[in-house]
Amino acid sequence: MLNMKNVSKVYRTDTVETHALREFSLTVDEGEFVSVTGPSGSGKTTFLNIAGLLEDLTSGTYELDGRDISQLNDKERSRVRNEKIGFIFQSFNLIPELNIFDNVDVPLRYRGFDAAERKRRIEQSIEMVGLGSRMQHLPAQLSGGQQQRVAIARALAGEPRFLLADEPTGNLDSHMADSVLDLLAEINKAGTTIIMVTHELALADRARRNIFVRDGQVSDNAPEIHLATMAAG
Amino acid sequence: MFRYYLKLGTLSIRANPVLSALMVAAIAVGIGACMTIVTVRHVMSGNPIEHKDSQLYHVQVDNWNPDDPYDDPDGAPVQVTYLDAKALFDANRAFRQTTSFKTARVVQPDGEDARPFQEDSRATTADFFPMFDVPFQFGSGWDRSSDETQERVVVLSKELNEKLFGGEDSVGRALMLNDEPYRVSGVIDTWNPVPKYYDVNNNPFEDPAQLFLPFSLAVANSFDNNGNTSCWKPIPDGAGREGFLNSECIWIQMWVELQNASAKQDYMNFLDAYVEEQKLLGRFPRPLNNHLRTPSEWMEYNEVVDEDVDVLLGLAVLFLTVCLLNTIGLLLAKAMRRSKDTSLRRALGASKTELFKQHVIEAGMIGMAGGLLGVGMTWLGLRGIENIFVEYDFIQHLVRMDWSMVMLAVALAIASALGAALYPTWRTCNITPASHLRLQ
Repeated sequence: MLNMKNVSKVYRTDTVETHALREFSLTVDEGEFVSVTGPSGSGKTTFLNIAGLLEDLTSGTYELDGRDISQLNDKERSRVRNEKIGFIFQSFNLIPELNIFDNVDVPLRYRGFDAAERKRRIEQSIEMVGLGSRMQHLPAQLSGGQQQRVAIARALAGEPRFLLADEPTGNLDSHMADSVLDLLAEINKAGTTIIMVTHELALADRARRNIFVRDGQVSDNAPEIHLATMAAG
Repeated sequence: MFRYYLKLGTLSIRANPVLSALMVAAIAVGIGACMTIVTVRHVMSGNPIEHKDSQLYHVQVDNWNPDDPYDDPDGAPVQVTYLDAKALFDANRAFRQTTSFKTARVVQPDGEDARPFQEDSRATTADFFPMFDVPFQFGSGWDRSSDETQERVVVLSKELNEKLFGGEDSVGRALMLNDEPYRVSGVIDTWNPVPKYYDVNNNPFEDPAQLFLPFSLAVANSFDNNGNTSCWKPIPDGAGREGFLNSECIWIQMWVELQNASAKQDYMNFLDAYVEEQKLLGRFPRPLNNHLRTPSEWMEYNEVVDEDVDVLLGLAVLFLTVCLLNTIGLLLAKAMRRSKDTSLRRALGASKTELFKQHVIEAGMIGMAGGLLGVGMTWLGLRGIENIFVEYDFIQHLVRMDWSMVMLAVALAIASALGAALYPTWRTCNITPASHLRLQ
């Protein structure tokens, strides 16, 4: 489903060149729940941004569903993002002036669904995250955990095949984090492929496969504490 | 999506009320200043008889000084002499023709307590009314026979008829002017062409005459010419009125109505032949320099729109540009503030094109608001001009805002806002989504 080969990402300024990813190769199959861990600055988020078509790669190849992403123009990339990929961010990234219903509506608007179809999908996804009674609330009227659930509902409303989560529990307490991870596990069981970036090894254990990234590359040598955690899982 | 973008625009404006208000104000002030001058210029440069612009012609023949043209480098006189006016009129070679000059009469209303008063008048011919499509409330102008017989008939303005006869149908009623009895033949309905194209040499923006009388009667009875008179040859001492009428002094405006290009060419040939004939009599010492100019050409030739107005217009456009530069700055500030929202929308599937549409529609909404407020500013600007030049009666005619100007103000504001939004929107659309979504 997702296939990156020798992907490199270099950020350049006038004086500095930063290699965020170096010869990064990874394959993720349909239905997997993959966690991506690694120290700060290792390239986890850069990988997620490239996987989500939020950034261009510098070199290498990236195929999504067998399609070479680097050949797509802006409109086609936007369509792939809209139809195939759902995003969950650490800071939820809800639009403060829109209520919950309208926040979940955003990706569906760009999809071109008619009003009835949008309404059906919005209500279904909000019900699924357990916030059916809060549709008219503004984000500021919800707790952090509830806001992240809204973000998940927004990601799911378009029924993407591919969910990218960047530190989805980073701003939540442990109780809320567990509840969000339970929800992600449920979603994965239903068939959605999930790639989750996290720096918390305990959370990474909830995934079926863990990728450790170091210095912009997938590392075969995960730290001991990490391996121990994985084995216990 | 248009309605969705309108909704997003409204939410965005509400979410940034101060920035939005500043943008609306900047556009409104710029539009107000610009449109105030544009409106004045629009009125000054208007052509109230545009629908007959290809049929009406002002007549110019060059009887001027052989050593010193009327106007450098080779301009013909802007009025005609009585000799030429009479000869050309009597030749009757046009479909319609009229000669006229500005004069004044003392009106003596009925009633013992009524006090006489002086009114601006125009001595003209019967064709003046149908040529210039003068609308009548009651009756009509006089006919050509009245010109020939120097009949004492008069056409009143609506205002004067209101003053003298309470607005009633006064056709056939008697009116005393300078102790002479006149018969009212018609009352003009509201008619105030601005500029006063038929006589631009005597302030094209002043109020129209209140009384219209036969030209032949006015000449025969030596009515004073209250307009401009220019002479290049002295009138012999003691020549009196007859000497003035036979002089090379110009003081009469002459217009002809010619129905097509062929008729115009025929009349031009006639004018040339007339001047050639006059040359044989010792007149017209200058080379042939006859002209037939349409009302629009005539107003342009006489620079009815003063150069100062164009300078003011340039300054006003410059001011609008400064306001728009401020708007661009404000839009950039707003775009930066909303970069996270933009990045998020990109991540959720919005293409650059969709984002461009969203921001352009929002800019259009701000432009619309700026335009509507700008109309109010323009109205205030025009009232300001009216108050500054309050001593000039004609100023009221220049500070009128018609619907076309209102529409132009709003359209200009929207176009300005869209223009100002291009660069900020382009920058917004090219934001790399990841860079702003990464910020926690």
